[in-house]
Amino acid sequence: MAYLDHAATTPMLPEAVGAMTAHLAVTGNASSLHAAGRRARRTVEEARETLAESLGARPSEVVLTAGGTEADNLAVKGLYWARRDADPRRTRVLASPVEHHAVLDAVHWLGEHEGATVEYLPVDAYGRVHPAALREAIARDPSDVAMATVMWANNEIGTVMPVRELADVAAEFGVPLHADAVQAFGQLDVDFAASGLAAMTVSGHKIGGPYGIGALLLGREYTPVPVLHGGGQERHVRSGTLDVPAVAAFAVAGRIAAEQREWFAREIGGLRDELVAAVRAAVPTAVLGGDPSPGGRLPANAHFTFPGCEGDSLLLLLDAQGIECSTGSACTAGVAQPSHVLLATGTDPDLARGTLRFSLGHTSTADDVAAVAEAIGPAVERARTAGLV
Amino acid sequence: MTETPRRLRVLAAMSGGVDSAVAAARAAEAGHDVTGVHLALSANPQSFRTGARGCCTIEDSRDARRAADVIGIPFYVWDLAERFREDVVEDFVAEYEAGRTPNPCLRCNEKIKFAALLDKALALGFDAVATGHYATVVLNEDGSRELHRASDMAKDQSYVLGVLDERQLAHAMFPLGDTLTTKEEIRAEAERRGLAVAKKPDSHDICFIADGDTQGFLANRLGGTAQGDILDESGAKLGTHDGAFGFTIGQRKGLRIGHPAADGKPRYVLDISPVNNTVTVGPAEALDVSSLTAIRPRWCGTAPAGSGTYTAQLRAHGGETPVTAELVDGELRVAFGEPVRGVAPGQAIVLYDGTRVVGSATIATTVRATAALA
Repeated sequence: MAYLDHAATTPMLPEAVGAMTAHLAVTGNASSLHAAGRRARRTVEEARETLAESLGARPSEVVLTAGGTEADNLAVKGLYWARRDADPRRTRVLASPVEHHAVLDAVHWLGEHEGATVEYLPVDAYGRVHPAALREAIARDPSDVAMATVMWANNEIGTVMPVRELADVAAEFGVPLHADAVQAFGQLDVDFAASGLAAMTVSGHKIGGPYGIGALLLGREYTPVPVLHGGGQERHVRSGTLDVPAVAAFAVAGRIAAEQREWFAREIGGLRDELVAAVRAAVPTAVLGGDPSPGGRLPANAHFTFPGCEGDSLLLLLDAQGIECSTGSACTAGVAQPSHVLLATGTDPDLARGTLRFSLGHTSTADDVAAVAEAIGPAVERARTAGLV
Repeated sequence: MTETPRRLRVLAAMSGGVDSAVAAARAAEAGHDVTGVHLALSANPQSFRTGARGCCTIEDSRDARRAADVIGIPFYVWDLAERFREDVVEDFVAEYEAGRTPNPCLRCNEKIKFAALLDKALALGFDAVATGHYATVVLNEDGSRELHRASDMAKDQSYVLGVLDERQLAHAMFPLGDTLTTKEEIRAEAERRGLAVAKKPDSHDICFIADGDTQGFLANRLGGTAQGDILDESGAKLGTHDGAFGFTIGQRKGLRIGHPAADGKPRYVLDISPVNNTVTVGPAEALDVSSLTAIRPRWCGTAPAGSGTYTAQLRAHGGETPVTAELVDGELRVAFGEPVRGVAPGQAIVLYDGTRVVGSATIATTVRATAALA
């Protein structure tokens, strides 16, 4: 088996499994006042401190959620509502067109149901938003911008955004900028304080932690309108009893991700470079998606377009040989649609059907790369024949 | 000594129903390397089943995926909606518009399941496509293949497979074909295999008309109503209709002719003329057909030479009738031993030699027994 879909989810770290299973056996609601509650609260707060340290944030800036999707929704909707409530002229939402659906669909929903005017920022051929583009969009009328959202690094093609520069532009106009850093955490130097962002999303299961846990890093001056109402946990911004075992395990994974980031970028990035070279050698017509320069893309991401092939066919053929990867694009009723990310970068829709994303992770080995190197040539040849049927 | 069957790479078409799920499970159990595929055939799949059971909803796709997971085989959804629309739905509408009565299931087997799907499967390295049809493939000693009726005549579906030629048949697998069991036993087998579709009702109607309202579908597609005359055999006007395309030869219900026939007997649709937008009705005897011609013949093997005697089936759930058939200038000429009723141009005639499917063709013209007598 060659598991090369770590961007979808990556194996849980043994240390995180240990923390999670240990806490599963412990009773306690972190909101309770008695001893059991205090014990749970201590676990949660220690975890919060660990996460904050791993992400260059203050503990009070860590709002725990049930995953990346929820954190994205809270940031986009919550900040929009709060800013609009403060000034009803603020209805413009700026977003990159290459966002994950958790952001893209939330933004779209605001446009459909909450009177937002959604404006998609232009991107270059690598899917990158340039600070000048954000400046142009805000400067047109700084008074009506509610919030902006640009992901830290793209989940499909791996392109890294100039987050610091974008945040500077937004701050200049007093516009809160959110970044979905789900793919960036553990691979890039993700420092919330240094980034200048108003809000930032991270997720547990992408860094070797458990599913169903994530966090919105939220500057202390921001109070988004809640998406979930209830018991008032998490700064009254996100209600719901905390999942103590998941929180503890998330923190363990977060700490290790931060500690091992440089090793990861070097070693796993090296394997990725070998994989890219092997695919290009086997299939000279393959087009690498995203920014080809090592500093411009996620170290674990290799995204390709194979002209004349359907990504679905390639996926089936590689799956049959034990190579697990992704087409990188979303499904509608199980039917692959051309990726919105590729379309935004100006890729021809027919070409955009023939994509594969290999994403490496902490368990990747040279054997995984060798398996792809051996299988990809014949698979592409076969998929091309099938594509012509 | 028994020969070990070759392990084939099989693509199992899984509709989300119980038959195709059990077929895939049997193929896997027989030792083949099976991959499940659900065909997305609707451009706008509905989330939930409405009215008549279809095979094109998201829920059906999930049922198929669930079954594949239980069987333990890979599963994919292939989007053949565009091919299906072109080759099946548009053909269906055009045939009705021309006053004929098409069978979209045959068309789908010919153009989609054993053409578009099979070709893609072969290109991807599969050896065969398996479906949940009840029919039997017999491998002769010379390597040729024959399509036969299912072991259980009551469940036989060889009629809708009568369009397959020998090449298509060489790559077709029908794991339910030798089933001498009732549908209840197939359901019990599904239950035993842990397949949640065991209790799912059968699909009956045309899959792309989810609510079962064929007339409404056609009216919508063919531009609403176009009033025309309902005539008797002499050409006298009996009433009006809302569009000739909505009628099928042999139809009795829904004619809405106010007054009864002179002899008090029920009247049936005898003829549909899209050009004049007229519908001709008459007594049941006038439906009797003594012979017909059929076009686009497809043979399961080599085309028979000269005149031969066969049994013919004219509808998916119809009985058998003895015929004499001959291929003349690429057109099949068929004479019935006894007149048959309710034969409509556009329908398929499938010829059998015993249980063996000889071939099929699309009915083009019919000769009425009464006209022959007159």
